[in-house]
Amino acid sequence: MRWLYVMALALVASAAAPVALAQHPSPAPLPRADPPRAEERVEVPPPPFTDGIFPCTSCHASLKVNRVRRPLADMHGDIVLTHDEQHRWCLDCHDPDNRDWLHLASGEKVPFEQSYLLCGQCHGEKLRDWRAGVHGRRTGEWNGHKGYLLCAHCHNPHQPRFRAVTPKPAPARPSAAK
Amino acid sequence: MDPEKRPPPVSRRQFASVAAAAAAGFILTACGPKRLRELSRERLAALLEDLEKDYTKRFGTAVVVADTPPIEGVTFAYALDLSRCIGCRRCVYACVEENNQSRDPEVQWIRVLGMNKEKGIDFSESDPYYQPAEVPEEGHFYVPVACQQCRNAPCTKVCPTGATWTEPDGIVVIDYDWCVGCRYCMAACPYGARHFNWAEPTIPRDHLNTKTHYLGNRPRPKGVVEKCTFCIQRVRAGRYPACVEVCPVGARKFGNLLDPKSEIRYVIENKRVLVLKEELNTMPKFFYFYGT
Amino acid sequence: MSIVSQFPRFVAGSFRLVRRGNAAYWAWLAFLAVLIVSGALAFARQVSEGLVVTAMRDQVSWGFYIGNFTFLVGVAAAAVVLVIPAYIYNWKPIREIVIYGELLAVSAILMCLLFVLVDIGRPDRFWHLIPGLGHLNFPRSILAWDVLVLNIYFAINFVVVTHIVYRAFNGRHYDTRIVVPLVLLSIPMAVGIHTVTAFLFNGLAARPYWNSSILAPQFLASAFCSGPAILLILFQVLRRFTRFEIQEQAISKIAELMAYALFLNLFLHGAEAFKEYYSDTQHLLYTRYWFSGLGEHRTLVPYAWTAVALNLSAFLLFIIPAGRRHWVTLNLGCLATYAGCYIDKGMGLIIPGFTPDALGEIYEYVPSLTELRVAAGVFALGFLVFTLMLKVAVPISLGEFQHEPDTGEAH
Repeated sequence: MRWLYVMALALVASAAAPVALAQHPSPAPLPRADPPRAEERVEVPPPPFTDGIFPCTSCHASLKVNRVRRPLADMHGDIVLTHDEQHRWCLDCHDPDNRDWLHLASGEKVPFEQSYLLCGQCHGEKLRDWRAGVHGRRTGEWNGHKGYLLCAHCHNPHQPRFRAVTPKPAPARPSAAK
Repeated sequence: MDPEKRPPPVSRRQFASVAAAAAAGFILTACGPKRLRELSRERLAALLEDLEKDYTKRFGTAVVVADTPPIEGVTFAYALDLSRCIGCRRCVYACVEENNQSRDPEVQWIRVLGMNKEKGIDFSESDPYYQPAEVPEEGHFYVPVACQQCRNAPCTKVCPTGATWTEPDGIVVIDYDWCVGCRYCMAACPYGARHFNWAEPTIPRDHLNTKTHYLGNRPRPKGVVEKCTFCIQRVRAGRYPACVEVCPVGARKFGNLLDPKSEIRYVIENKRVLVLKEELNTMPKFFYFYGT
Repeated sequence: MSIVSQFPRFVAGSFRLVRRGNAAYWAWLAFLAVLIVSGALAFARQVSEGLVVTAMRDQVSWGFYIGNFTFLVGVAAAAVVLVIPAYIYNWKPIREIVIYGELLAVSAILMCLLFVLVDIGRPDRFWHLIPGLGHLNFPRSILAWDVLVLNIYFAINFVVVTHIVYRAFNGRHYDTRIVVPLVLLSIPMAVGIHTVTAFLFNGLAARPYWNSSILAPQFLASAFCSGPAILLILFQVLRRFTRFEIQEQAISKIAELMAYALFLNLFLHGAEAFKEYYSDTQHLLYTRYWFSGLGEHRTLVPYAWTAVALNLSAFLLFIIPAGRRHWVTLNLGCLATYAGCYIDKGMGLIIPGFTPDALGEIYEYVPSLTELRVAAGVFALGFLVFTLMLKVAVPISLGEFQHEPDTGEAH
């Protein structure tokens, strides 16, 4: 008879468990996204912040979060977004609750020093190439320490397309005999 | 026909002249200028010291001439991302500065060819003299060309004096003191990568790169051939070539082909890679690829 | 010992001979001297300032000097057109005059070596090419082969002519044990020097215009026209101004051989043109530059068609036996052959090979004044050497300049 009681208990527990769990919401915000293995973290120079802009929380800590998609009026009006602006806006990358962080699509927070994880969400191939040292400027030593830059060091995250540059002078045409 | 008399015995005068010629030949070969590869270590050290003194006097600043040997287990290779190059020519001028190329007459080891996207890589349609206000121009792409450091180099094959050869680390080098300036190597090169010093090279003193290598960027004399050496003075010390470092869009990749974890191996194994004029079987170690 | 002891007399006598001549001779020498001095001055400027004084640049790195070099190797090889009938077939009419072909070969090779010397960027390092003293990249470099075969051919011809001439001076026949093997060797050597020179060009995959198997036979064909052309004119000049004798048969046989060589030359050029135009690949660009220009770049087009006209008319003049007999058409034909082959081998070979260059650029090369002066100087030096050698050899062959054993005096 004892085993009958155990089985009934198990049945009830398995039926009750989802209901029990469903009554509890996600307890705390997800931790910041860290590369699972230490060697995947890439050492880079400090992010290229505009002077005086960081830490963002110096203003935003006291401001109310407005998640409505809109053109910005009071501040940051100088930032023109030409980066999938049809579908994205500021808070798709900048964490609404803490502006000193960026966030991934899953909600995981990402520090600016690892913004490559954010870019890599859409530009996964570029992220793979960049980790291998094949995308982006190459500095350092070919058989030693290799210098990496953040995506943002070359690409303006709001207007990532490179501007055209003035080319250096063309070579001289072969001259007449002296 | 007259019956032949026995040839007359060698006279003392004849013997003396032959002996003198032999002695001169011996002295010239023993003490005179020699090819780099035949020099003993002491003579090489003396030669480098002489060169340093010479350059220092000429340019009024201390110049170092090294002869850093190749690193074991290294074969250098290069890859250039054609989807990234914007034709800005910063590599050309970084190379000129790093490698002490003559400003007048102008010598440039890198030549950037402006190509038409509609025509593809077609040398008969290339234009190295493009000078628009801004690059990249609409409908154009850019192919920088320098020495391809071929594995089956036609230039080293044809040199009559053996003044150019491939080093163990894969760099094709020139002994500027042995080259006679016949320019056969220039006719043999399918990439227009070799350049001649038609006049005495001029390097402005304040732009002189004083860290030089005997086979690389030391100031060259008039009348000899020169070309890209993958910045031998840098790469044998672990650094990247100047063009790789200066490229603002990161189009240039470089590394050790024998290191499975190098960028260059990653490019060759993962990207669509091509070489120029492949049908000529020169087997360049300079690869072009499309990163996007 | 008498042969050796006669040498000073030979030298003294030779000096006397070259100082004897009519007004035309002295005018000729003066003309050559002017060109030599001008050439020397131009070369001095080139050595001091560098090859920038020429019109050669990275895009067209070989030019007038190498063009002349190539042409003159052909002229030197042409001695074989006389040597074969003379020594293999033992045909007397040519046997009598074969030595002049060999003298021409000596002068031509001398000019070839001089053209190389003035072309290289570091003439002071010429000795790097001498095996033993320097280092010759033999057998990989065809240029190393060329250095060897040209000098060997020069040595062979030099030894043969000096031996024959000096023996004749001493009233003795040449030693067949020395001469015959050397002369027989000179036959494959003659073919060899021009084949190796052709290989210099046709071994370069980087230059599709040259990278054609037909180049070696074509070089030989044009060599066998151009060399004898000079000789035929020379023989007529000698016949006019000295008591030098040459049988009509010899002249007409040489002209006949030239006719066949002219045909072969035209045929091979035609075969080349067919392949380029019919296959119609990008490699046609070089041939098009030569015959019709590329865009506004048309500098060489007049020369191309002039050469075609000259070669064709020379062939027509010579293939008709009457043309070979009449002295006007004979000489016109010789001049046309020489000029046609000169343009073909010089401009028609070198410049289109580099135009467009390896990266597709078109630089139109036109020799500079300095190059023309230096080249004229080298030609003048070669002609001077040839003239002086003839001035001694002709009297010896006529028996006018002989060693006198009784009095010990030379005439």
